[in-house]
Amino acid sequence: MASLEFEIPELFKNIQTPAINPGVMEGSGPFVAKPDHQEPLGFPGELVENWERKAVDAMGEAVDNSRALRVFLDSCVKCGACTDKCHYYLGSSDPKNMPVARQDLFRSVYRKYHTPAGKFLSKLGLEWLIGGQEMNKSVLDDWYNYYHQCSECRRCSVYCPYGIDTAEITMAARDIMAKIGVGQKYSNEIIGKVYKIGNNLGLPEPALRNTLEGLEEDIEDETGVVVRLPLDEKGADILLVTPSADFFAEPHVDGLIGYAKVFHEAGVSWTISSKASEAANFGLFIGNNENMRKIALRIREAAIDLGVKRIIFGECGHAWRVAYSYLNTLAGPFDFLDPAYPVPQHICEFTHDLIQGGKLNLDPSENDWMTLTFHDSCNVARASRMGDIPGGQFSIPRDIIKSVCNNFVDMAPETIHEATFCCGGGGGLLTDDLIEVRVKGAMPRMTALRNVIEEDGVTHMAAICAICKSQFSKVLPVYGMGMDMIVSVHQLVSSALILTGQDTESVPESD
Amino acid sequence: MNLFFAITFWFATAVITLGLAFKVRQYWKTEAPLLIPTTPAPTTQRGVVLRMIREVTLFESLFKANKWIWLFGWMFHFSLLLVLARHVRYFQEQPWFWVTLIQPFGKYAAYTMILGLAGLLLRRIVVDRIRYISSPSDFLMLIMLLVIGFSGLIMQLFDRPDIVGIQNYFVNLTSFNVVDLPINTALVVHLLLVAFLLIIFPFSKLLHAPGIFFSPTRNQADNAREKRYQAR
Repeated sequence: MASLEFEIPELFKNIQTPAINPGVMEGSGPFVAKPDHQEPLGFPGELVENWERKAVDAMGEAVDNSRALRVFLDSCVKCGACTDKCHYYLGSSDPKNMPVARQDLFRSVYRKYHTPAGKFLSKLGLEWLIGGQEMNKSVLDDWYNYYHQCSECRRCSVYCPYGIDTAEITMAARDIMAKIGVGQKYSNEIIGKVYKIGNNLGLPEPALRNTLEGLEEDIEDETGVVVRLPLDEKGADILLVTPSADFFAEPHVDGLIGYAKVFHEAGVSWTISSKASEAANFGLFIGNNENMRKIALRIREAAIDLGVKRIIFGECGHAWRVAYSYLNTLAGPFDFLDPAYPVPQHICEFTHDLIQGGKLNLDPSENDWMTLTFHDSCNVARASRMGDIPGGQFSIPRDIIKSVCNNFVDMAPETIHEATFCCGGGGGLLTDDLIEVRVKGAMPRMTALRNVIEEDGVTHMAAICAICKSQFSKVLPVYGMGMDMIVSVHQLVSSALILTGQDTESVPESD
Repeated sequence: MNLFFAITFWFATAVITLGLAFKVRQYWKTEAPLLIPTTPAPTTQRGVVLRMIREVTLFESLFKANKWIWLFGWMFHFSLLLVLARHVRYFQEQPWFWVTLIQPFGKYAAYTMILGLAGLLLRRIVVDRIRYISSPSDFLMLIMLLVIGFSGLIMQLFDRPDIVGIQNYFVNLTSFNVVDLPINTALVVHLLLVAFLLIIFPFSKLLHAPGIFFSPTRNQADNAREKRYQAR
């Protein structure tokens, strides 16, 4: 990691709001999608002719079709409440990473071309009075750069007096850019893989089957109990849809082992689908509802093909947002599933219910060698729910952790729950070509984590999001902390869960 | 002058009424394709109404965000509300009981309104982040409101115009009669800027007033699993 060619933010005792440093994060943004990445998604291969006009028209169309966009673009009074809320601003000090300034890259063009005041003042050459701006190459460059320094985490929307959500504007801007031929390689390439193979990692069915069998062997070796990880089993009760990182990345895969053990102990039949072997839906990140719907429909098709009664999602942040908030709208109605269960369910809800009902034999002392804290993932915290009451997305994962671990400490209140800071890698930024913004954006979370390490002896941080887990594995070492500090919640469950028939004597010490 | 102000205020009233009606209709008609409440959010419609009431009366989100902006912003808005309520009497021959009752409060609200505006302007100038995001119009809007406030205060303290005459003028305007308007300099400034403010209302950031009620992150219930959401 010594090769990083930028300044790594210093961690202070408190998260500092920096003075503005215009231009420090200027750049060319992430790699641009090639025609091969663009076309399968229905986007033009390269920058189209007359793109300025087409972008302005696409903006008009976007605003006509989204009440959120229209209200958000009209309503901002530039009060400044959001200016110190974005982790990318706090970590980089580039003022264009302040939510309102990021929005204004878009709003300035909207004002000039799509408002009566802007059209009128433009005729007099006075659009600058109201912050109007022409759509030109330098604006497009700023869009591409700074709309890929937003993780669509919605922290700003918590604090805005009008609830303006920069994520909606980032999504609209990315969608417009893709439609004029300037898409992001990382996200679009991945969506292409989902269409072609079924998951983000391009893991084909035989490889997936092989992996799952390997995991079954691992569990049997460790516990002496045969725990199955079924693939494409028709007639199973539950379809598990989980991010493909769970199939082999660390610490994700330990979480998958945890789900399998929990299902086993619950005595339910379940299956993974090779067709919908991916919970992630990057259609959300690129702000394109057609692609998001198409990706979501795979899950519906898989559920019908396999004849399941319930759908449960694994640990994934934005996937849970799409599942919880949108799946019913995009791919519903799910009247063919068992109406006794919510559609969909989160694996944490499932496990939590079992723990509440005393159905799991847990030995939290297995995790005594760790002191845990919990990172609320942004899309779970601010764009979804678990359980029946608002805030269940905060209490349910913590309840689970406390049931399986004796040592748990929360980070500072202004950095958790709805105020949680993004890991720095969400929203389609989890790519090496964006490492600088990822490292800088992680500063607030790293600060809060380091404080509980020093004050409360925290040794590990649990998360329920594949992106968070991957991002932390990468940035923790940059900040001088261990990459294996990050763990899956169901990894903790897995360690504490004593399977029926498990020979407890032969359980090897946890690493 | 009598006819000039009559036409100006008729025009301004028409613009703000029709303009806002158009914008509200537009917000109403524009689809919200997906459920995007900022969570944790209320799960029922009743809860949403309560959340919205807290937002527009207490500025709940702003309070979480920044205590200074909240203090100045809240002070300005509620002072303005009192001041506006006090001005209702200019449109009534016999003011309602409550309008008479609040007169003294409205009088002092002018001071807190100016204080709030001054605080907001000061932050816009002094805090580098807010200065960076400010357009000329953001400064002009605050300055305009300050001048409206000061010109009102000047009339209250130093240069008292014929209140009854003004009242008579505006009461008559509401039934499309033009009578004599007893003017002085402060009044001319006051009225011109108020008319301008009414006219730019539907074309400017002042749209935050109707906008907040249509903000999906605040006005949607968190019930995606319970009820299938479909935009129309």
